[in-house]
Amino acid sequence: MIKLTIDNRPVEVAEGTTILKAARQAGIHIPTLCYFELAGMNFENKPGGCRVCVVEVVKDFNGRPRRNLAPACATECVEGMEVLTHSQRVINARRTVVELILSDHPTDCLTCAKSGQCELQTLAQTLGIREIPYKGEQSTYRVDMSPSIIRDVDKCIMCRRCENVCNNIQSVGALSAVNRGFQAVVAPAFEQDMVDSPCVMCGQCVQVCPVGALSEVDDTRKVMMAINDPKKTVVVQTAPAVRVAIGEEFGMEPGTIVTGQLAAVLRQLGFDYVFDTDFAADLTIMEEGTELLDRIKRFTEGDKSVRLPILTSCCPGWVNFFEHNFPDMLDVPSTAKSPQQMFGAIAKSYWTEKMNIKREDLVVVSIMPCLAKKYECKREEFYVNGNPDVDYVLSTRELARLIKQFNLDLNEMPTADFDDPLGESTGAAVIFGVTGGVIEAATRTAYEVFTGKKLDKIEFTELRGLEGIRDAWVDFNGTPIHIGIAHGLKNARTLLERVRKGEEQFHAIEVMACPGGCIGGAGQPYHHGNSDIIKKRFDATYEEDRNKPIRKSHENPSVIKLYKEFLGEPCGHKSHELLHTHYFDKSDHVEIGE
Amino acid sequence: MAVIKLSESKINFVKDICKQFNNNGGEVINVLHKVQGEFGYLSAEVQELVAEELHIPVARVYGIVSFYSFFTMTPKGRFPISVCLGTACYVRGAEKVIDELKRQLAVQVGGTTEDGKFSLNCLRCVGACGLAPVMMIGDKVYGRVTPDKVAGILAEYNN
Repeated sequence: MIKLTIDNRPVEVAEGTTILKAARQAGIHIPTLCYFELAGMNFENKPGGCRVCVVEVVKDFNGRPRRNLAPACATECVEGMEVLTHSQRVINARRTVVELILSDHPTDCLTCAKSGQCELQTLAQTLGIREIPYKGEQSTYRVDMSPSIIRDVDKCIMCRRCENVCNNIQSVGALSAVNRGFQAVVAPAFEQDMVDSPCVMCGQCVQVCPVGALSEVDDTRKVMMAINDPKKTVVVQTAPAVRVAIGEEFGMEPGTIVTGQLAAVLRQLGFDYVFDTDFAADLTIMEEGTELLDRIKRFTEGDKSVRLPILTSCCPGWVNFFEHNFPDMLDVPSTAKSPQQMFGAIAKSYWTEKMNIKREDLVVVSIMPCLAKKYECKREEFYVNGNPDVDYVLSTRELARLIKQFNLDLNEMPTADFDDPLGESTGAAVIFGVTGGVIEAATRTAYEVFTGKKLDKIEFTELRGLEGIRDAWVDFNGTPIHIGIAHGLKNARTLLERVRKGEEQFHAIEVMACPGGCIGGAGQPYHHGNSDIIKKRFDATYEEDRNKPIRKSHENPSVIKLYKEFLGEPCGHKSHELLHTHYFDKSDHVEIGE
Repeated sequence: MAVIKLSESKINFVKDICKQFNNNGGEVINVLHKVQGEFGYLSAEVQELVAEELHIPVARVYGIVSFYSFFTMTPKGRFPISVCLGTACYVRGAEKVIDELKRQLAVQVGGTTEDGKFSLNCLRCVGACGLAPVMMIGDKVYGRVTPDKVAGILAEYNN
């Protein structure tokens, strides 16, 4: 252990601890900007680049004061050190650093997408900066926009959190710092647009960006125009992870469940019918679970053509990722569409038929914790005669903004129910929002269908947790089933490479692109690196599951009815047509020829 | 699937170099150095191949290529011109020589003429400060260059 003093307070820390962490341990707050940590998720960004966290070392290892100020995030504590975190010299330096950053930063805070959530803005306010004394050239760069993400590099402060998360947490490798000096930017290879890069649109770069350089494409106005178009019937579906997070945008404690208020507020915004993606999640289990059982059955009967493990396909960031990185394994994932797209396909076939509405007069809006969903609904294969199954996707944050525009407050909302029939759901659907949840939901149904027995214990706690890669054996009445789970795409890559090399065998693997699953999605309220928030959303999701009277997808009465009235059998002819999809090779490959 | 085309000989050369460095991503700078030594520049296609062979993102390769001024993505001309901008050459008017070259060749520094004949670059000191200002075309050194000598020097490379 190392003993030192910070602001004259004695502190004892383990060897290798940085001054920043030692200070936190002692309850002393040192401001940071480029530094970012997601504790428990194996993510720490400390390029030591911004110099906002500088401190004064009045006594160093040699008993003498250190000449230069030290970045607290990147300086390790040594025995006998004496540190001042808020001396006059430190505060002056911090001010100068922030003033210099602001001197090459657009001051359009009033209209910036990150306003109110911007860490640079907060810092400038905390330091009481009222003018920027430095005038000089400003770096300018084109704005790049994909279906999910807007990249406005003029606002970039080169903290490189996005580059770090893209490469080290997601192993997507779409972003890198390029060029040097004043020309330096974070960009895809050859400074091409994000859509032309291996970007999978998971949006984790947006989730960690401290400023407005990365933000989501805002579709709220398009949705309002649709709602106000008298010719259109507008329905909305809301994903499971939204109900345990959107409360945060209205000052509620993380992990507050607002399902009822959410249904009420959506109706008040003017949506004609308020449905639930959870309904489609139950439907997904019927299709994906049936596919899983079919593959396992054929495999145990000796069919060599069967590809195992089956991979879940609900997560569009993950789908993009395997299309880019595992083109040799395109026949391995489940062909089941994601719940969002299943909902759209059923709404624009079964439901329009039932309601006698023309397909083109129905607008389907999704509320998603996700930015990749914005891209997913635009995939060509999800269009019928030029009309998409899902028209618009709003992130959790966008919905919160829309609610605020209407001067509504979730805190003051009564609770309401979703509309029938596409609003009925089970506890199995709720847990789609967390890592391990999709495969637990599938297991609940697959177990009962496979064994013909009722589950004694509905909860498969062995599948739960927040470790990046997990695995568990589940006993299907004498048949052991090996299940793998990964969240964060680098973990998914590691797990899949093990499978590809034949080092490990699984029957099924669930992957979610974002840390924690959809609850940590890029469209969720910003967590600013506080992984407790993700943990609370995680717990709330399982609580919501426990509160549900029905907790197994195959017992959802509306789903049973849908098969009876319209679809026939799971994985039957009509299901294949409406609820299944196929994948494309999106990899880059160098070949001979010139 | 995006297919990137390269000639067989180039593919084999790049693959060979990468193999010499055990296809280790940490050796990317050394690999790029050797590859540029052979081809004279690093095309986007070549960078894609280096990334594929070293199992690293192409964004990272481009990040390195665009960071170090030694690496270039523009093909060099048949006769690469380098003007010394070291202190001695600079104070004796190297910049005026560059301006004249830019005017006569109609290229910027770092560029190559449309016919691919000349490319124009700067360098720092060739160790011939006594001859300042100095320029090189290929391996040939020209000393005490003035703007009015530029046309004559370039004329040596007709035919």
